[in-house]
Amino acid sequence: MTAATNTKSSGVKQVEGAPLLELEDVKMHFRTKGDGLLARGTKWVQAVDGVSLTVQPGETVGLVGESGCGKSTTARLITRLLEPTAGKIKYQGVDIAHMSERQLRPYRREIQLIFQDPYSSLNPRHTVGTIVGTALRTHGMVPKNGELSRVQELLEVVGLNPEHYNRYPHEFSGGQRQRIGIARALAARPKIIVADEPVSALDVSIQAQVMNLLENLRKELGIAFVFIAHDLGVVRHFCDRVAVMYLGRMVEEGPRDALYNEPQHPYTQALLSAVPDIAVVRGVPPKQRIRLVGDVPSPVDPPSGCRFRTRCWKAQDICATQDPALERKPVGETVVACHFAEPPVESIVAEVV
Amino acid sequence: MLFYILRRVLSAISVVIVTVVASFMLFFVAPTDPAGVICGPKCTPDRLADISRSLNLDQPAVEQIGLYFKGIVAGRDYSAGGVTRHCAAPCLGYSYILGVPVTDLLVKAVPVTLSIVFGGATIYLLFGVLIGTISARVRGTTLDKVSVGTSLVIGSIPYFIVALVIALYATFLPKSQYTSFFENPVQWASGMLAAWLCLGLTNSASYTRYSRASMIEALGQDFTRTARSKGISERRVVYRHGLRAAMTPVITIFGVDVAYQLVNTIFTERIFQLPGLGTRIINAFNQYDLPVLMGGVIVGATVLVVMNLVVDILYTVLDPRVRLG
Amino acid sequence: MTDQTVRSPQTVTRTPRTRAEGEEAYLEVSDLHVQFPTADGKVHAVQGLSYSLPLRRTLAIVGESGSGKSVSSMAILGLHDRKSTWISGSIKVGGKEVVGMSEKSLMSYRGADAAMIFQDPQSSLHPFFTIGDQIMESYRAHHNVSKRAAKARAVDMLGRVGIPNPSRRVDQYPHEFSGGMRQRAMIAMALVNDPKLLIADEPTTALDVTVQAQILDLISDLQRDFGSAVVFITHDLGVVAEIADDILVMYGGNAVEHGPVEKILGTPLHPYTWGLLESIPAVSGTPGPLHPIPGSPPSLLAMPTGCAFHPRCEFKDRVGGDLCRTLKPELISRTADQGRTSRCHLKEPDKVFETEVLPRLP
Repeated sequence: MTAATNTKSSGVKQVEGAPLLELEDVKMHFRTKGDGLLARGTKWVQAVDGVSLTVQPGETVGLVGESGCGKSTTARLITRLLEPTAGKIKYQGVDIAHMSERQLRPYRREIQLIFQDPYSSLNPRHTVGTIVGTALRTHGMVPKNGELSRVQELLEVVGLNPEHYNRYPHEFSGGQRQRIGIARALAARPKIIVADEPVSALDVSIQAQVMNLLENLRKELGIAFVFIAHDLGVVRHFCDRVAVMYLGRMVEEGPRDALYNEPQHPYTQALLSAVPDIAVVRGVPPKQRIRLVGDVPSPVDPPSGCRFRTRCWKAQDICATQDPALERKPVGETVVACHFAEPPVESIVAEVV
Repeated sequence: MLFYILRRVLSAISVVIVTVVASFMLFFVAPTDPAGVICGPKCTPDRLADISRSLNLDQPAVEQIGLYFKGIVAGRDYSAGGVTRHCAAPCLGYSYILGVPVTDLLVKAVPVTLSIVFGGATIYLLFGVLIGTISARVRGTTLDKVSVGTSLVIGSIPYFIVALVIALYATFLPKSQYTSFFENPVQWASGMLAAWLCLGLTNSASYTRYSRASMIEALGQDFTRTARSKGISERRVVYRHGLRAAMTPVITIFGVDVAYQLVNTIFTERIFQLPGLGTRIINAFNQYDLPVLMGGVIVGATVLVVMNLVVDILYTVLDPRVRLG
Repeated sequence: MTDQTVRSPQTVTRTPRTRAEGEEAYLEVSDLHVQFPTADGKVHAVQGLSYSLPLRRTLAIVGESGSGKSVSSMAILGLHDRKSTWISGSIKVGGKEVVGMSEKSLMSYRGADAAMIFQDPQSSLHPFFTIGDQIMESYRAHHNVSKRAAKARAVDMLGRVGIPNPSRRVDQYPHEFSGGMRQRAMIAMALVNDPKLLIADEPTTALDVTVQAQILDLISDLQRDFGSAVVFITHDLGVVAEIADDILVMYGGNAVEHGPVEKILGTPLHPYTWGLLESIPAVSGTPGPLHPIPGSPPSLLAMPTGCAFHPRCEFKDRVGGDLCRTLKPELISRTADQGRTSRCHLKEPDKVFETEVLPRLP
């Protein structure tokens, strides 16, 4: 290891000055069976195809995009539930992309995952105390006699009654179950939490409760988040920076306000313009909605060059031949992968009066 | 599709070959003494050596297997005591005990077993699915409870007891015997009736339960609600939309199940004294008649593999979402 | 870079909805109760719901899970199992009384007078029949025509809902369609008999946002062409704002607020509606903190006494005499505006909204 690499007692190595998390051109290609005589016609699904992302300590980065864009696969790559086909996943400067399960163990503690479905991600036969306690024990967080009190403390932190540690998941409502999942993630005292659609299965009023909880945890504990959601309002509310994905690629990334107010990529513009906005009832004239034609192409055989070009109104010959790089343009604060990137002519999102 | 079937047939053949080689090793190359068995208790060393030679038991194992496969594909000649007999393909050797070609024995036995199993299977599939479907439609009512209860009771009685009861008490049934279907279909059916009833009765219990569970699931699906919202009759909702979805898993179980029934008809054949494959194999087993056992193994393996293939292909026909490949 | 002019996107602007007043109601629900006896007791899922809806109008029914919004709408099509459901009150569709209708009359009514599209087009279409088969079945249930004529009609409908190449797509299975295309096919199937009432139960919830926009446009366009009344069930207030004329907010089996969309979402008068608006992060404007409603929706097995919302309501102390806990408020007009109703004891709710709630909306 280089001189700048420190190994802490926990077994997690660290390069001085490196960002908390850094993805460098990460790719994940899944194999599908072909129709050939001897299963030779193998095809590759390019679920994630060259994603780069940086997360600083305590920062919240949102990943948005429509189904099949690769955002959930990215979550599973960051948490190393999947091993990437190519690219680097650096945690504090150390590449964990191809680490063995044994080497990964200390990192698993620091990178936690919260799932979408609070119904299926908790073992129905374990009490809440066991679920949270197992996380504590796995990572050797507390001595045996301190376990119960720490479990109760965690339940209190996430807004559950600490006396309910001996209840089973089915005795809780959906929102409370999501809180249990959060308590489990917090048990390991992580530095970063990857939250994959953490509120999309919840009712509106409960969704806001859980979002406020996550926000408080972020402020008080300084945990960084990679926040994945299809709800653009939720992401805007929660994140410092936002990355937009389309068909396995990142098309635009930048500070929240810049991305929402002055999106430069045609896809980001179309996506934002499609969100129904409640402001119309308050007298705001209905906004112009960009209508995208056709469906998202198959990730097995994505278009050449820019992947969005088949549905893009700006597409020209260059888009089919040259893959646009994700780069900063002369105007605008976001980095964008488009040959014809420019801020929208008029505001695509209705102004609130 | 064609590629898929071809690939599956190739893999099926290789499974059978592997089974044959494995059982051949087990029966002939392992420290057994087939020549001694044929020779009998009053055996002279000369005679033993002669038998060994005629069976090629003195050859290396690889060569023996090679000869065995050659027999299956092209037939082979046996010479013993100066006499040469040609055994036409597919040749599985001669029975040690009966001295007749194994192929002939199997050709006689297999139709009996097929008749028993497919006849019985038709009965239990029809009854099971019908009762199960009705039961699912009237879920929670007395009728449903009675049918579930009855099928539980029947399903928990050991098979051979049901068979014995039918054999002993259902004397009004025609005498159990085998006549070829092609000779006299009526006699074929009446001779099989007792065996069919026995198989049908015991197995329809479990098919009632499968069908009922599967049907209840199908009727609770969103597409059933969509079907109702169209304004079609409840009968059509149940029998077109529900049954179609419910039958796919049942058919899958059925296919594999029939294959096992074919291999396991021994009780039925014994009790109803039908000269089927099971009887043949048990006799061979008791008498150490290795060539017949080998033949039985080959037939059994082939049946299992073929039925699995049939189920897989049927599945793709039933469920358009299953893509071959 | 080329010097070719950059084309502009294809855009749609939804035209503000115009309202034809004083029309006769096509759908009329009055004092509807739906109850399910369960092992744990009787679930009173809908507790006296009344509303009416004329042709060419869209009513959005909004609420969280367990609010009774889907249950009440299933009742309009008579889709509840008679044996395990107890329904009282009246549902009149085009003059026909649906509650207590015979199975035979229901058959000719469902699909012809009223049709339904469901949340998840993936599970709501039968996986083993082709799209064409399923549309043809709907058509032939109400029209005595040949298979060939029914198929021509199916192809025609698929074309109308914007499915490209309909004569080829008609023979495909649902799994060969994308999510948005499946929902289009569902809509084609629902509209094949030209029903005057369309019930859409969360039709865009399972879809991506760009596809959702397409489907909302489609439903609006078709409603204009077919002149039908639409009941649109959703939990997304943004969708409501874009598509609906009227809105009915449900909570715990009751309607708590009912009226024209711009009034109800512009100046809501019920604390539950306030809570919903304060829970939704917007995509525009300055992001502010969310003020979620505390607690969880009530269990239908153990409904609170009085106003069902009172355990979660931050304004209940403003009402004197412990009224919220003891007396269920009526759904009546609470202000000078007679065109809207709400179910809350709070005095001068419009002023409370203006001064206390509006400033903190996200």
